Amino acid sequence: MSSCHGNTPRAGLLPNPSILPPRPASDRPIIVAIVGPPNSGKSTLFNRLTGLRQKVANFPGVTVEHRMGKAKLKDHHEVFLVDLPGVYSLHPRAEDEQVTHDVLKGEQPDFPKPDAVILILDSTNLGRNLVLAAPILSLGLPTLVLLNMADDLAARGGKVDIAALSNELNCPVALISAAKGTGIDRIQQFLLGTAVRLNSPPPRIELPVLHDVPKCRQWAAKLGIRASYRPPAPPLWTRRLDAIFLHPVAGPLIFAAIVVAVFQSIFSWAKPVMDGMQGFVLTSGIWMKHVMPDSPWRSLLVDGVWSGVGAVVVFLPQILLLFLFIGILEDSGYLARAALIADRTMSKFGLQGKSFIPLLSAYACAVPAIMATRVIENKRDRIATMMIAPLMTCSARLPVYTLLIAAFIPNIPLLGGILSLPAATMLSLYVLGFLAAIMTARILKSSILKSRGSSFVLEMPPYRWPTWQSLTLRLIDRARVFLRRAGTVILLVAIVLWVLAHLPLENGKTPPLEHSAAGMIGKTIEPAIKPLGFNWKIGIGLITSLAAREVIVGTLGTIYGIEGDEESQAKGLQTALHRDLSASGAVALLIFFAFAMQCFSTLAVVKRETGGWKWPIFQFSYMLVLAYSGSWLAFHIANHFLA
Amino acid sequence: MAAGKKRRKAALRSSPLTLADLQVGQRCILDRLDLPEDMARRLMELGFLPGNEITPGKRAPGGGPRVFRVDGSEVALRQETAARLYVRREPESDVVVLT
Repeated sequence: MSSCHGNTPRAGLLPNPSILPPRPASDRPIIVAIVGPPNSGKSTLFNRLTGLRQKVANFPGVTVEHRMGKAKLKDHHEVFLVDLPGVYSLHPRAEDEQVTHDVLKGEQPDFPKPDAVILILDSTNLGRNLVLAAPILSLGLPTLVLLNMADDLAARGGKVDIAALSNELNCPVALISAAKGTGIDRIQQFLLGTAVRLNSPPPRIELPVLHDVPKCRQWAAKLGIRASYRPPAPPLWTRRLDAIFLHPVAGPLIFAAIVVAVFQSIFSWAKPVMDGMQGFVLTSGIWMKHVMPDSPWRSLLVDGVWSGVGAVVVFLPQILLLFLFIGILEDSGYLARAALIADRTMSKFGLQGKSFIPLLSAYACAVPAIMATRVIENKRDRIATMMIAPLMTCSARLPVYTLLIAAFIPNIPLLGGILSLPAATMLSLYVLGFLAAIMTARILKSSILKSRGSSFVLEMPPYRWPTWQSLTLRLIDRARVFLRRAGTVILLVAIVLWVLAHLPLENGKTPPLEHSAAGMIGKTIEPAIKPLGFNWKIGIGLITSLAAREVIVGTLGTIYGIEGDEESQAKGLQTALHRDLSASGAVALLIFFAFAMQCFSTLAVVKRETGGWKWPIFQFSYMLVLAYSGSWLAFHIANHFLA
Repeated sequence: MAAGKKRRKAALRSSPLTLADLQVGQRCILDRLDLPEDMARRLMELGFLPGNEITPGKRAPGGGPRVFRVDGSEVALRQETAARLYVRREPESDVVVLT
């Protein structure tokens, strides 16, 4: 299936030299753009060619930023691949389409115009997908057309004449399966041809008037007939599964069951691994204390860095498990159904089903979620979604929640053992964040962000098996991001905190924590947080967690590392916390973390996406007010019941 | 539900038929899109082109958007959008039960 026509692989590949900016061959690397409609498998192909991770989702429009990656060719040349957001045409409407349009036209600031294009289309729906070939070929760049999902096409009885299509389009065409890796050789050949920049005349074919959609569609239909395209039978399994997942009664029940199962397993499956890691961090800390001579360096390393960073790294398994579940839901195509189910509910709060996509990924992290809001065409809907996304329970809250819940919530079975009290507490915190988010949306959409009725148009992708390759790449990337944060932000905060906790020296000796700079900062804000049930030590944690939520865990680790003797350290953070926090104070702290905007990366990305400080400042302030009043209320209610 | 049926019947009699009036599996041909240009363009790119065949499919639980089978793929639209797409039914295109 590899060779599509009789020509040598390099024929017809190369650009009209006048189009490319004049430059020596070694001046800058060759850039090849991967373009295609949403769900055509662009990201899967990108992963396969570069090995770099790229968010792959079986979901229209989830890739909103272009991603670069290097592909190594057989002759040791290197080609830069850029994965562009999925588009149906080059007529930009939403901002993700704008990115694709601008890059391909060479109008994207600070981004060179690509030297060649790989157009990837879904071979199971060629009639509609081929329409995109018209604007792409009109760019005049050397183009390789890939018809993806060849395995699916064959399995469902469809076929297409590659040689004929290649003749019609006057460019190389190949049938591939990006997920299975078949037909990838053909791409290597194309990239090799691009890398050595052979000359050939520009393709000359007749193209339809681009802004006339019906004309473009007719052109594509004619192409399909000439390439004797036979569309595959409808995906039976998708119909069958939709009958279950979109069933009026079973559908919502299954949705609820999936959510509960995810939370329960995050708790019970990750626990043994986490316990093991925690034990390792503690015992290795004690071991380091024994083998190293007593010095300020030992204290910085063991009490500052090791307890601080270690306390956070322990949560890696749990976060990866959460990302694994979200990845499976996304890649299988179920999320599109979830958005469909959610649309009616979301519209009651002034939003639409598409807002559900970013909001769901906000469960993992608000930063990609805010970037994913670019799929929402309506600007006011988009800002409203950005404003509420950080209220969804992101994975950075997990370490905080887990620590406090494990320390203060007794393990009592509920509902005959289906759910435990800690898992139920966690679940209610997630629900609380969600409720706060939609209430805020309601308020925003009926006041400052009022807009006329928005619409909802969403393509339902067929269900697919998530591939291990895609899931693994996703998890490796998440682990990398998490560990990089632990190695930078959290490490830095741990060191600064250790220094602040050891200064100023009293008679040449380190002061007790209370008299240290860190202690004094905590004492200064203590009056403000006392009504919430927090003392000055928790106050230090609240300040450091402004950088990122999970930093509070590391900070407490450092504080107790400095303060405590070996024995109390061995008992761990959970036991030590009881000295500084009452049960109702713990509930208040949970609520505070559910609502407060403690994430510098999120504020930065909101600033970038809205183009100013107005919205991030607004967001920070209202979330702080919400957090303060919420935890004040929680503290007093909990006091009333627990007393 | 009863109100919906009544409206549907009324629609069949007097005003032109829209996509919102059809039952699951009732194939139809799209006549025109009465939508703002941007929205119409988006729908056309997804296959909602005049002359194309559309088959209404499942509706989201609780009366949410509905899935329409068009041009080899499935696209969900809200009822209010579907009501702006005017269609005609061919005499031979009878109810086809979808699984």
